[in-house]
Amino acid sequence: MKKEGRYISRTLENMSKNLSEQRFGLFLILPSFFILALIALYPILRNLVLSFMEQGRFVGFSNFSALFQDERFRSVLINTAIFCLISVPLELILGLTFALVLHQKFFGRGFARAVSFLPWALPTAVMAVAWKWIFNDTYGVFNDILLRLHLIKEPLAWLGRPNLAFFCIVLAEVWKCTPFVTVIILAGLQTIPLELYEAIRVDGANSWQRFRLITLPLLKPAILVALIFRSIQAFGVFDSIWVLTGGGPGGSTEPISLYIYDTVFRYLKFNYAASMVCFSFIFFLLFILIIYLTFSRRQIEY
Amino acid sequence: MSIKNAPAYRQSNKKYRLAPLDSKHLTGLARIFFCLAIISMVVFNLAPFLWQFFSSLKNSKELYLVPVTYIPAKVSLTAYEKVISNPLFLRYFLNSVIVSIFTTFVTLSLASFAGYALSRLKLKFKTALQFLLLLACLFPQIIFLVPLYELMARFSLISKPLALVLPYVTFSLPLAIWMMTRFFLTIPKEIEEQAMVDGFKRLAILRKIILPLSWPALATTAILIFIGPFAWNEFLFSLSFMIKDTSKTVPVGIALLSGTSMYEIPWSQICAACVLTTLPLVLFVIIFERKIIEGLTRGAVKG
Repeated sequence: MKKEGRYISRTLENMSKNLSEQRFGLFLILPSFFILALIALYPILRNLVLSFMEQGRFVGFSNFSALFQDERFRSVLINTAIFCLISVPLELILGLTFALVLHQKFFGRGFARAVSFLPWALPTAVMAVAWKWIFNDTYGVFNDILLRLHLIKEPLAWLGRPNLAFFCIVLAEVWKCTPFVTVIILAGLQTIPLELYEAIRVDGANSWQRFRLITLPLLKPAILVALIFRSIQAFGVFDSIWVLTGGGPGGSTEPISLYIYDTVFRYLKFNYAASMVCFSFIFFLLFILIIYLTFSRRQIEY
Repeated sequence: MSIKNAPAYRQSNKKYRLAPLDSKHLTGLARIFFCLAIISMVVFNLAPFLWQFFSSLKNSKELYLVPVTYIPAKVSLTAYEKVISNPLFLRYFLNSVIVSIFTTFVTLSLASFAGYALSRLKLKFKTALQFLLLLACLFPQIIFLVPLYELMARFSLISKPLALVLPYVTFSLPLAIWMMTRFFLTIPKEIEEQAMVDGFKRLAILRKIILPLSWPALATTAILIFIGPFAWNEFLFSLSFMIKDTSKTVPVGIALLSGTSMYEIPWSQICAACVLTTLPLVLFVIIFERKIIEGLTRGAVKG
């Protein structure tokens, strides 16, 4: 009888403790929950609603069918895709190299790490202004360096010609975003146990084989994370292009985000912009899925 | 591995352990190549900032000299004087400071609460919260632009600092919560259990025991929020939601200045403004390098 009583009282105590834990936890996460729902989740759903409406009433798929006939939309999609396909692999290669170098021990490593992290911490728009000054056709240092190296015969208008302007925005973006990749890969490198290198070294592998057989396979999760995040962000590139070229010359460097911005703030077509967002949203969700499926097969366990 | 080789392996065991981490074992050409790699990496990452810095110190005559000079022949601070005496720039600067400090403070408090709950307590809505965090960090800003503009306009927040603080807090939360959760997981649970036995209330435990232990983590997270893409550095939302001239932030102010007209761009002032805007961040990163990089990479990516 006594035993039973104690058991019951303990259960009651546990229940009240759990309940208060639940309530306390809810109290702690509620503010974050609320703001995330309002500012992150609601807009995504609202986009969907807006894209099927026009001036406050339901119009079905008419926005989307207009989208398919929009030449400019097609061209910005292509521009964005090319931009992603060039800049993201460059960032991955460069970020991997930087991370491998920074993972070594050498004199001044702290400074080198700080410097290679730096571009990520600086305002993209402000640094795009800096790049604009570097690429200036008359007073720019970029032309000057190339002239001194005799790579070009006369100064080029870097931001004035479609292909050159594309090169400029890719360079500025790669400079800005490589640190993100570097940090993620550096984190991945730190999780690789050193014993594996010892083992393979005893087996007589050279440094290239060590890299290919241990470092690269074990870095795969980190590279995948960097790849997904960078692809998504590159898809929404805005700041650097807005500052550097404004989409020009002749719309040749205009990404989808610039067109959406123009649609909202210049042409004031909210619903059309929302349908563009939804369409590209689905487009790049598929893109991510494809990346994920192709790269996440053959996981290596260690 | 045959038994014969075993002693040799054991002897040089220490060398093998260091091998993938230490550049000292590199010899000859490999060493030179490695040094070159480091130098070109540093130059590549620092170049745009350094060029801006040198340009800002030139006088307006030297700035427009062809061919370009690299180190300024005579250091001139006129550009800085002009920028500092420009009331509009000061206003932009002040706006940026207000918005970023508010963002950092609010994000930090929300994230430490949520991080504590996620790391310590059994919660019903854990998965839902993690899903929302994923939404906020996965998608590019442009996705949120139209509905957020609508929302801000409806609550007449356009041109008010709150219109920036709200989205900045939201999109800074994923990184901040992740940092704080990871930190709380490193505090032994026994400390709290003991305090609980001693009759502390949960809130008191959080305030009197956990908070004093968390200062280093809070500082690192605060730095990361501040230098991250959503406090000092944000551009798109600021460009869209801050219509009034006096409500704009520094990045937008500088970007608009550089786009005014093709021929009359005041480059010397722009360079000085760029340096003034980025220098605090550069110093931040160089001083707190260890905190930042370690905070971001310690056991970060697993699976």
